[in-house]
Amino acid sequence: MKLAVMVNEGPYQHQSADSALQFTKAALEKGHEVFRVFFYHDGVNNGTRFGVPPQDDRNITVQWSELAEQHNIDLVVCVAAAQRRGLLDENEAKRHGKDGNNIANGFRISGLGQLIEAGIQSDRLVVFGD
Amino acid sequence: MENEGGIKKFMYVNRKAPYGTIYALESLEVVLIGAAFDQDVSLAFLDDGVYQLAKGQDTKGIGMKNFSPIYKVLGDYDINKLYVEKESLEARGLTLDDLQEIMYEDEDDDWEEKPSIRVVSAAELRDLMDEQDIVLSF
Repeated sequence: MKLAVMVNEGPYQHQSADSALQFTKAALEKGHEVFRVFFYHDGVNNGTRFGVPPQDDRNITVQWSELAEQHNIDLVVCVAAAQRRGLLDENEAKRHGKDGNNIANGFRISGLGQLIEAGIQSDRLVVFGD
Repeated sequence: MENEGGIKKFMYVNRKAPYGTIYALESLEVVLIGAAFDQDVSLAFLDDGVYQLAKGQDTKGIGMKNFSPIYKVLGDYDINKLYVEKESLEARGLTLDDLQEIMYEDEDDDWEEKPSIRVVSAAELRDLMDEQDIVLSF
């Protein structure tokens, strides 16, 4: 089955961020295709590489980056939600005159149209939220 | 999954009050962007989400933007199915009169102005959700 995943909560604050990651891993293991993972609301914070969780805890962002590299999945962060919350890539940082960027490997910033398209193109859109 | 002529049924489910969290505003942003994709779109309002459509919102005291006027222009984006759950209204002592009047022009009926808000029971809303291809919950 072709799946799309939407992640609406930030890492560590809400288990839904973990659940989305575990679900995506499990779906890939079962041989399903993951068309796209779309990060919205505080979910965009899953895409910052500046998070430093304690050594003995899981690192959600790093796991997403690894998953993207292994399975070539499209991790998309909503641009409007990201701008509000200070998540930037190189282009966005330049465009808004900010002195750095913090997006993690494997993530890219794009618009909400990518979410709607994921819904249209996939057999199921699975939403993880509060 | 049924997908007649490439059109899917999208329902945006709004369950939270308009200003305590950002869900309502960011849900509306998805609805507006999504309108460009020519899908079959409806919105559902239940639980505290019914307050999103409340009349006479004034946000001066909390320093936030009052985005409630945007619901009134959804008809211009061909979004004219706004389902409000009856039980959620009743639990909060609200009636249809407490909500904004939101109209659309029905192109199949000589552009007659009709109300977009439809009050439905929880059971009816359940059946509507069951018909959808995509349910986005906010």
